[in-house]
Amino acid sequence: METAISAEGLRKRYGDHQALDGIDLEVPAGTILGVLGPNGAGKTTTVRILATLLDPDEGRATVAGYDLATQAKLIRANVGLTGQYAAVDERLTGRENLQLIGTLLRLGRKGARARADELLEKFSLVDAADRMAKTYSGGMRRRLDLAASLVAAPPVLFLDEPTTGLDLTSRLALWEMIKEQVDAGVTVLLTTQYLEEADQLADRIAVIDKGVVIADGTPDELKREVGGERLEVSVASLADLTAATRVLADVSPQEPVVDRDSRTVSVPLAGGVNTIAAAATGLERLGIEPQDFAVRRSSLDDVFLALTGQRGADEDPAGPTGPAQQDDQAAQAEQQKEMQAA
Amino acid sequence: MTEVLSDSFALAGRQMRHIRRMPEQLLGITVMPVAFVLVFGYLFGSAMQVPGQGGYKEYIMAGIFAQVMLANLTTTAIGVVEDLNNGLVDRFRALPISRSSVLLGRTTADLVLVGWTSAIMAVVGYLIGWRAHNGVLQTLAGFGLLLLMGFAMSWLGALVGLSLRSPEAVSALSGVVMMPLAFLSNAFVPPEGLPGWMRVVVEWNPVSAVVSAARDLFGNERGASSGAFPSEHPVIAALVVLLALLAVVVPLAGRAYQRAAARR
Repeated sequence: METAISAEGLRKRYGDHQALDGIDLEVPAGTILGVLGPNGAGKTTTVRILATLLDPDEGRATVAGYDLATQAKLIRANVGLTGQYAAVDERLTGRENLQLIGTLLRLGRKGARARADELLEKFSLVDAADRMAKTYSGGMRRRLDLAASLVAAPPVLFLDEPTTGLDLTSRLALWEMIKEQVDAGVTVLLTTQYLEEADQLADRIAVIDKGVVIADGTPDELKREVGGERLEVSVASLADLTAATRVLADVSPQEPVVDRDSRTVSVPLAGGVNTIAAAATGLERLGIEPQDFAVRRSSLDDVFLALTGQRGADEDPAGPTGPAQQDDQAAQAEQQKEMQAA
Repeated sequence: MTEVLSDSFALAGRQMRHIRRMPEQLLGITVMPVAFVLVFGYLFGSAMQVPGQGGYKEYIMAGIFAQVMLANLTTTAIGVVEDLNNGLVDRFRALPISRSSVLLGRTTADLVLVGWTSAIMAVVGYLIGWRAHNGVLQTLAGFGLLLLMGFAMSWLGALVGLSLRSPEAVSALSGVVMMPLAFLSNAFVPPEGLPGWMRVVVEWNPVSAVVSAARDLFGNERGASSGAFPSEHPVIAALVVLLALLAVVVPLAGRAYQRAAARR
């Protein structure tokens, strides 16, 4: 597949702080790369370099087929950027904001107006089009900001924490709009602190910490490789818990993790189906009827914790019933069913 | 080049829309200078002894014009800081437009505003008795020189805003810098009566050169020359100072724009 964004060994130093310490990235055309990492990991610096706002100290990159060092202006003509702040002129109306960008992009008066109308329609801003942007809600501003970065219909889009500070509804709406762009063939590099956001949107994820990429892969790969899968058994009584712990200790080389409050015991699923079978047989022999017997894949949260030693953003973007978690639960339920059938 | 101009024009148009949207802002920047004209012309004018026949009303106008031009520094600086902090500078820099057009657009728009303010002041000045005596061309040349000062201060303001990045710091600094520049000049007070060392400072203050030049071009009396070069040849001195300032500040502001926008 064609590569839309590639970066090799990007380094950037601010004083004695090494913000980027050799970032390598590859984003195939028409896909979303989620760049995940704690605050200060170098996400924004990476985006700013790739969007030509900042020169790297070292390293090479091509964006939309153009070389960062020698063809910056061509890159600017082919990328859209939405930064952490909704960069709109508050004292212009939504329509004027988009028309100004269109004029600067030399679409001509008519062209700029037509493109503005089109984008206002697409981003559900028609009703507010002739109000000053400072009267907009946070979600509307973000939509206008995203629309502004799309005036040129760029094939590559950089989104730097596009949903930070938005409520659930606005966030879901923005996710939909981002997905639409990708369906239309746009390549997206998205930074986020929200694991669910990366899980939900990204085809691949690169985890950045202290200026280097410490892991990358599809969300599933990351969960498998880093977190692995665990066999988890919940029982009715504390007596059963002790027995179940002994059974799991027998089938796994590692110590079981016991949670007495939820009367749950779990071990890493090292031996695959054999481990599951052995555990089931062991429990049956002791006459223990588990309340829950399941293989759980680690969440992206576990991955993040394992890789960076930090939790993801505290603020849970989608809440406990967010779509990402619903998907997770659905997947788990499915796995459980398969297990029960086996 | 035409691209730079058309981009600057579009960006200046953005600020003109701001004004259309909030006319009270225009009122805000016009009221103070007009109040100055009235306060200085009527209140202080009755107590001031100035050279020549025209009286203080004639003497003071060039001074108030210059003060308005000086204040243009703050206007531009604050505007630049706002654009930096709300991310608009990033947005513009990510577009395939010439990077000088953003600053040029802003300084041009601010020049238009300060031109408007001057026009209103001139009308009010005329109503209370200020006159230009040297004909249309020289009068226009006087305004041209003053606006050149406004433009130079605007670019200096862009540099200040890009370097300080906070509206509070801009206000603090511009207060500290502009007070002495305005008051240690011949804008409001004739230098004849000042103590010796202060008189030297006033004579060599570049603001004095612009004010003297404007007075000469308007045909408003400014008293005897002291013999110092800026006092002998105010128009040349003013032009040299302003063009030199622009030559230094424009490239510096351009560089600060590249780096300041890159720092965050």
